[in-house]
Amino acid sequence: MSNYKATIGIECHVQLKTKTKLFASVGNDAREAPPNSLISHICLGMPGALPVLNKGAVELAVKAAHALKTHAQNHSVFDRKHYFYPDLPKGYQITQLYYPIILGGQVDIVVDGEAKTINITRAHLEEDAGKSTHPAGKDYSLVDLNRAGTPLLEIVSEPEIHSAQEAKAYARELYLLMKYSGVSEADLYYGNMRFDVNVSVSATDKLGKRTETKNLNSFRAVEKAVEYEIARQIEVCEKGGEVVQETRGWDDAKQRTFSQRSKEEAHDYRYFPDPDIPPVQLSDEYIQEVEQTMGPSVDTMRLTLRENGLDEELTETILDNAEIATACFDYLAQFGQEKKSSAVLLWLGQLAPKIANDNQKSQAELHYSLASFHELAEMVDTNLLSSTQAKKVFEAILLDDVTPKTYAEEHDLLQVSDSGELETVVKRVIDANPKAAEDIRAGEMKAIGFLVGQVMKESAGKANPGVVQQIIRDTLK
Amino acid sequence: MSIWPSIKTITSDVASRKSSARDMVEKSLQIIEEHGEFKAIISLTKERALKRAEEIDARIAVGENVGRLAGVPFIAKDNFLVFGAETTAASNILRGFNAPYQSSAIERLEAEGAICVAKANLDAFAHGSSTENSDYMTTKNPHDAERVPGGSSGGSAAAVALSMAPFSLGTDTGGSIRLPASFCGVVGLKPTYGLVSRSGVVAMASSTDVIGPIASTVEDAALVLECMAGKDELDGTTIERDSQDYSDLKPVDLTGIKFGIVKEFFGSGVDESVRGSIDQAVNQIKSAGGEIVEVSIPSIDLALAVYYILCPAEVSSNLSRYDGQRYGHSDRDAVNLEESYAKSRSVGFGNEAKRRIMIGAYVLSSGYYDAYYQRAQLVRTKLINEFNKALESCDVLVGPTAPVQAFKIGENIADPLAMYLIDIMTVSANLVGIPAISIPVKSNNSLPVGLQLMVQQKQDKMLLEVAKKVEEVAA
Repeated sequence: MSNYKATIGIECHVQLKTKTKLFASVGNDAREAPPNSLISHICLGMPGALPVLNKGAVELAVKAAHALKTHAQNHSVFDRKHYFYPDLPKGYQITQLYYPIILGGQVDIVVDGEAKTINITRAHLEEDAGKSTHPAGKDYSLVDLNRAGTPLLEIVSEPEIHSAQEAKAYARELYLLMKYSGVSEADLYYGNMRFDVNVSVSATDKLGKRTETKNLNSFRAVEKAVEYEIARQIEVCEKGGEVVQETRGWDDAKQRTFSQRSKEEAHDYRYFPDPDIPPVQLSDEYIQEVEQTMGPSVDTMRLTLRENGLDEELTETILDNAEIATACFDYLAQFGQEKKSSAVLLWLGQLAPKIANDNQKSQAELHYSLASFHELAEMVDTNLLSSTQAKKVFEAILLDDVTPKTYAEEHDLLQVSDSGELETVVKRVIDANPKAAEDIRAGEMKAIGFLVGQVMKESAGKANPGVVQQIIRDTLK
Repeated sequence: MSIWPSIKTITSDVASRKSSARDMVEKSLQIIEEHGEFKAIISLTKERALKRAEEIDARIAVGENVGRLAGVPFIAKDNFLVFGAETTAASNILRGFNAPYQSSAIERLEAEGAICVAKANLDAFAHGSSTENSDYMTTKNPHDAERVPGGSSGGSAAAVALSMAPFSLGTDTGGSIRLPASFCGVVGLKPTYGLVSRSGVVAMASSTDVIGPIASTVEDAALVLECMAGKDELDGTTIERDSQDYSDLKPVDLTGIKFGIVKEFFGSGVDESVRGSIDQAVNQIKSAGGEIVEVSIPSIDLALAVYYILCPAEVSSNLSRYDGQRYGHSDRDAVNLEESYAKSRSVGFGNEAKRRIMIGAYVLSSGYYDAYYQRAQLVRTKLINEFNKALESCDVLVGPTAPVQAFKIGENIADPLAMYLIDIMTVSANLVGIPAISIPVKSNNSLPVGLQLMVQQKQDKMLLEVAKKVEEVAA
């Protein structure tokens, strides 16, 4: 089995976060809208309705190109792609076949510590279709045109991906690029990014017949569908059969792909340049201007987190959680990179996802009060608060936006460093543990940790462990 | 001759309350009714028109300025969406379709106080040169009821010739304003491509469709253009206007203006009666001081072939939306989606629409796209270059609008190719995107003859000024 090589190319439809649709001044956020409430004569394909290009979508495509490490094309053209379906009101979809807005580009991924570049073939702007539903047992179907005309950027990779892990890594990296460049909300739950995976296997240098599994909307589904297809196709070949070139769907419940339609039924889409939309001409100056408005790239963000002392795993966790990542970068922007900042980044990366989860809140609902974080970090730095107690305060900031100092005082969390107060406790602990005290006097310093622990326990965690240790040493000298 | 005074006279009479908008609308409706047998009109927008007339009169009564077309009735070709009114494009598939929004052209005319009183007949979806392709009826030529009015804006041209309104609106994709204007003896203007918004007009071929006025005089046509022209945010192909005051036509001295006779337009296909009238008109232009030169546009013979590839390609695409699912004719007996599409469209579309859908789908099919569509686009570019060159050596191209005068109803209906050939002199201006106008010149028989003038893109104002002078010397 191991002599088979898998070849995978991925197409991804990214929904752009424009205010309005690609060719109509109608709201674009269909997430919670009642069916057919975001439509106009243009979305309905009324007689005489003309598409007018949304400049905002073009701007986002320019940003996407930059995120993919290339520049948007100076000249691109919209084409019509024809087919009949009730959720496609005009009888054609407006897309870009011959002159797409992005040619080339790359996505850099790391799998098992190994870096790899996946090249981008092209990316083009197109409008989404509406949504059809077919109620079971009914003799009708329903069409919701809210989504009709939503701007999409279809990003097509070169077939340079060779495993399910690489496919997943590519999908995730593309997500990060689109999210942080501000191109898309990239909300996978709402299908803001949908992946189609083209998979083939071959035991020779010649590529095998490929299947296209459509409409995957999570990284895990991408990984599992590719994994399943590779195994299925190898099995077909091993049994002496032939892989059928076809479109397949993904059954998430059963974790397997299934046949949808074969190539024999493929359409002739009769593409031709849309005469209603003048070609898109972008000057180098315009492209540069748009690129200059963009924030740091994902690569830069990654590097910055690592430079602030975070390991690879935590860095990637933070990047996966955009609200948290934003808080991290806003914090660094406001308070600069210093030693104290690392503590804040650690809290945000390690604790915030868990706190949101434990309290059944979305990460967006947390309070990212940067000044409070800073105050908290300073309290730890000046020994006002132990790192254990600091976590409690941090949680309270995220959930209730408390003032750290007030909260710590009110909840009696401040660290006790007053040696007079601590000496009493130390004396009590030494008296209660004569054996340990004896060992220390005899030079058996291991026991000192045990006594410090006992003091911490007595003081309900508030004692400054450094001060406690010094007092024990002095007492038992 | 129209019974209406000039549009400027009408508006000044209405504004000064010498007459009223209501009088004008009623007069128009009355003449429409009197000439019902010519079948120029598909439907009336009577209630809406009377209501608007009353509003305008009321506003005039309180001293408001009501616009440059206040109280002027007009007739729109039935492929213009007029809010709330039935808009059929003379097709069965849109029978009973009430427009839920309004075309920008109508919107702008109404903003100037014009009042749409009726919708005019056309070849269904503007496919044709005679109105015989209307799914409803054939309009009769006002000069000879046994003859066609030309098409596709035949109803609009006949309506103006019959004085049903001072002006009408047409669309011109390959000659559909100019040809019926020439057959009916009225003025038909096809502006520069993009000068008037196509939003809200049932599309035929998007890359050549233009909207323009049909009127009794060049001056009236110019005023209507003035009220419609310019960029529209609902049509991405619209352009800035080349003039703010198209109707302010300065007197032109023909001395020093070079008229180019396109030699390819005077071949053997031109009827003697047409040739005679055009020669006469050219001589009158010359006598008035105009310089006449001969120019050649060698690829013009290919224009019709190019047009009948590109136009059906766009038509097949533009007609895709008429699928019986959201509006228009829908077959209720279909048992599944595919059958619903097939039955709705096969009943809803007439033969000419079907012919163009099939040709268009064919030339766009994979394997044929390069050989037909792509090559036709190349020839179109060549044609554009040749026209540019010709218009460098002269100011205005002049020739007949059509090779023939109005033909008899039924004469060409069995021969689509003969019908297509009628457009031979008009299609080029559409493919090239330049403005062109047809004005009536002296005819030697009872049927009108139209003279066509064409100029460089965005020179619509200059075209109108020259046309006004030619109208004076050659009528």
